[in-house]
Amino acid sequence: MSPSHDARADQRTKTAARGEIIEIRALVAHPMETGYREGPNGAVIPRNIIKRFVCKYAGEEVFAAELFPAIAANPYIAFTTVATTTGTLTFEWIDDQGEVQAASAEITVT
Amino acid sequence: MSKYFDDSASSAEIFLRHTLNRRELLLRGTAGIIAFAIPLGAHARPTLDEAIRSFTGGAEVRTGRVKFEISPLVENGNAVPVSVDVESPMTAVDHVRRIALFNEKNPQADVAIFHLSARAGRARIATRIRLATSQVVVAAAEMSDGSFWMSKASVIVTLAACIEDVSKS
Repeated sequence: MSPSHDARADQRTKTAARGEIIEIRALVAHPMETGYREGPNGAVIPRNIIKRFVCKYAGEEVFAAELFPAIAANPYIAFTTVATTTGTLTFEWIDDQGEVQAASAEITVT
Repeated sequence: MSKYFDDSASSAEIFLRHTLNRRELLLRGTAGIIAFAIPLGAHARPTLDEAIRSFTGGAEVRTGRVKFEISPLVENGNAVPVSVDVESPMTAVDHVRRIALFNEKNPQADVAIFHLSARAGRARIATRIRLATSQVVVAAAEMSDGSFWMSKASVIVTLAACIEDVSKS
């Protein structure tokens, strides 16, 4: 999990008061190939979707999602969490091929 | 569409835009652990009601407490914004455990299942879904007391998703 994964995380307003509800919007680049389409040669393009998304806050899982082919390409997921402590939010997207894309964001809780 | 992005509940927010980066770890060995029950063949999908029943385990599902926002008329079924807001105090003793989305006429009935806890503070999720054709879409919620609630929406789709064919483009 290289630090460069954080490069695209927006750096604005990552400070919250303790107990405040913060909204997290996560967007990842992925084709979400459904497995129902045919390629130029007439063969079915194998399914490859992100099937699981997990958000951990200071190491503890606070949100997760199981996704199916009916989730649009480049999955967008918005959810909320209560600001409890200064720490790291980590995000993982896991696809059918077992590939994991990861990102993280620091939050300062006052 | 701005209602999906202007949420007064959050004065602090994190917008994570992650591009495909080939440095991702390969999670060997664990790739096969998460197994979904994909019923029957590709052409025999469960009905909407069967899909909801498999989510609830047969428990009664009441209408209400779930606010499901989706446009009634959609031009592009490839990415339809949806949001689900469930009425719940989101405390340790009374919160939403899961929010699920189901469709009536896509090749597969499941859309997504979101796992929440009291730590969410608020039971609200938003995402973008694919709709293969005009159909009914359902948002269902499981509460910590074991009760189930849902909301249905009928959507007309003018340009469908899922059936586009790469060979003809």
